[in-house]
Amino acid sequence: MLTGFIALYIFMLAAFTGYEIIGRVPSILHTPLMSGSNFVHGIVVVGALFTLLNATSITEQVIGFFGVLLGAGNAAGGYVVTERMLQMFKSSDKKKA
Amino acid sequence: MSTPQLASLIIDAAFLAAAFLFIYGLKRMSSPVTAASGIRVAGLGMLVAVLASFLYVFSVSEAALPHRMVNVILAAVALILGLSWAWISGKRVEMTAMPQMVALYNGMGGGAAAAIGAVELFRAGEDLALIPLVVTIIGSLIGAISLSGSLIAWAKLDGRINGTWRIKGQQALNGTVFVATLALGLYIALGTHGHAPVALTALFFVGALIFGVLMTMPIGGADMPVVISLFNAFTGLAVGFEGFVLQNPALMIAGMVVGSAGTLLTLLMAKAMNRSVANVIFSNFGATGDEQQGEIKGSMKPVDAGDAGINMRYASKVIIAPGYGLAVAQAQHKLYEFVKLLQDAGVEVKFAIHPVAGRMPGHMNVLLAEAGVPYDIIYDMEDINGEFKEADVAIVIGANDTVNPAARTNKSSPIYGMPILNVDQAKQVYVVKRGQGKGYSGVENELFFADNTNMVYGDAQKVMVSMIQAVKSLDGGH
Repeated sequence: MLTGFIALYIFMLAAFTGYEIIGRVPSILHTPLMSGSNFVHGIVVVGALFTLLNATSITEQVIGFFGVLLGAGNAAGGYVVTERMLQMFKSSDKKKA
Repeated sequence: MSTPQLASLIIDAAFLAAAFLFIYGLKRMSSPVTAASGIRVAGLGMLVAVLASFLYVFSVSEAALPHRMVNVILAAVALILGLSWAWISGKRVEMTAMPQMVALYNGMGGGAAAAIGAVELFRAGEDLALIPLVVTIIGSLIGAISLSGSLIAWAKLDGRINGTWRIKGQQALNGTVFVATLALGLYIALGTHGHAPVALTALFFVGALIFGVLMTMPIGGADMPVVISLFNAFTGLAVGFEGFVLQNPALMIAGMVVGSAGTLLTLLMAKAMNRSVANVIFSNFGATGDEQQGEIKGSMKPVDAGDAGINMRYASKVIIAPGYGLAVAQAQHKLYEFVKLLQDAGVEVKFAIHPVAGRMPGHMNVLLAEAGVPYDIIYDMEDINGEFKEADVAIVIGANDTVNPAARTNKSSPIYGMPILNVDQAKQVYVVKRGQGKGYSGVENELFFADNTNMVYGDAQKVMVSMIQAVKSLDGGH
C-alpha cells in the first residue's frame, strides 16, 4: 500500500523531477512543453478506466464513462498538438543536409 | 500464479515503464534537437499504460462483477470517442489557435480527475479512510475548478466570450464561493466521513465549477496564458491526488511531475511579464486592451513598404521583432521568404523573441517554426538585447507593448518595469502595423514617435509582399 510516508516520498521526488526538467528548458520550447506536460497528465484516463471498470451502479457508470471520455481526449489531443508543434522545429543545418 | 495475480503484475510493470517513459520523454522535450522524439517516447508510455489498464477486468471488485461486460463496453466506447474526437480536432487546429486548444484538453483532464473523485464520493466513501477521503475532496475541488476555468479560458481565447465580466465586490464573491465550497468539502470528509447525502456532494461539485468560472471571467485575454499554465498545474495536482486515492503510482508520479513543472512554468511566464501570479489573477490588468485609437498622431512618420524593404537589402544586420499580429495576418511564410532574400544578399538576419510574444511563452517560436524558420536564427530576448545597438535596422511586425520604451523610462506607465526588446537602439526602426491602435495594455507607444522610427502601415502580409517585390525588382532577373 502506498500510504502515508511512502506516498509523500513519491510526491516529493516527482515534484523535484518536474522542477528540474522544466527549469533548464529554453523559452523557445515553453509552448510545446506546456502542451507536452498537458499530455502527460492525460494518464488520468488510466485512473478513470479503473473507476469505470469497477462501477457498480448506473450513476457510477455514467460518471466513469465521462471520466474516460474526457481523459482520453486529454491524452490524445495533448499528444497530437505537441507532436505537430515539435515536428516543425528545425535547425538550418538540417535543412541544408 | 492465478490470472488476477498475473494481470496485476503486468499492470504494475506497465505503469513502471510508463513512469520511466514519461520522465525520459519530458527530458528529451527540453531540447529542440531531441524534442520531437521526446513526445513519441512519452506517447509510447501512455499507450503501454492504457492497454495494460484493460487488464483491470481480471481484478474488479466482487460488487462490480455482474456489471463487468457492460463496463468494458462503456470503457471501450468512451475511449474510442474521446480519442477520435481529440485526434481529429488536434490535427485540424491552426497553430495560432494552439493556446485555447491546450486549455480545452487540459480542462478535460481536470474533468476526468474530478469524475474519479465524484465516483469515490458517490460510493459513499464505503472503504475510504480519513486521509484518502480528504485527498479525494481536494483533488476533486482542484480538478473541477480546472475544468470550468479552462473552458472559460478556451472560450475567451477562441473569441466565444468577448470582453471581461466584472461586478462590484467580485473578489468578495469569489472568496465566499471558494470558502463555502471548501468548507462543504471538509464537512463531507470530516463531518459525515464520506456518507453525505448525494445532493450535498453534488452541491460541492457545483460550487467548485462555479468558482472556476468566477475566477477566470474577470481575467483579460493578455493574461490568459498564465492562467492556462496555472490550470495545467492544477490538473496535474488533481491527477496526482486522485492517483493516491486509487493507489496508482503512475498517476501519482505523472500528476505530481506536471503539477510542479506547471507551477514553475507559470511563475516563469508571470515573471516574463513582470507580474506576480496573484497580480494576474486579482488585478484585472490585462483587460484594458479593448481600448483603441492613439490621440497623438503628429510625429508618426509613415514610409513606403518597398522603400523599407530596399533599405534592409543594403543593411548589414537586420533584427526582426515579431509579435502576435504577424500570425494574425498569416504573414510568417512571406516574412521568411523576405528573410531568405536578405540572407542571399549577404544581410545578417536574426529574430528576437520577447518571452511573451504570441499568446503563450514560446508560441511565437512555434509560429515561426511552422513557416520553416530554422530555430538557430531565433534568439531569446536576453541573448539578443545587447545586439540592437549594432543593428542597422530593427523591424517590428505586429508587436507593440513588448517594444515600448516606456517600460524602461516611464514610472507611471502600467507596463513600467516589464523587460522589453531594445529595438529603439537600432539605427533605423521600422514598425509594421495595421493602424495606429495601442497594444494589449492600452498604453501609447513612444517608440512610434521616435526620430529613428518609421511606420509601415498596412496588413503585415501585404507589406511583406511589397517588400519582397521591391527587393526582387532591384536585384533584377537573377
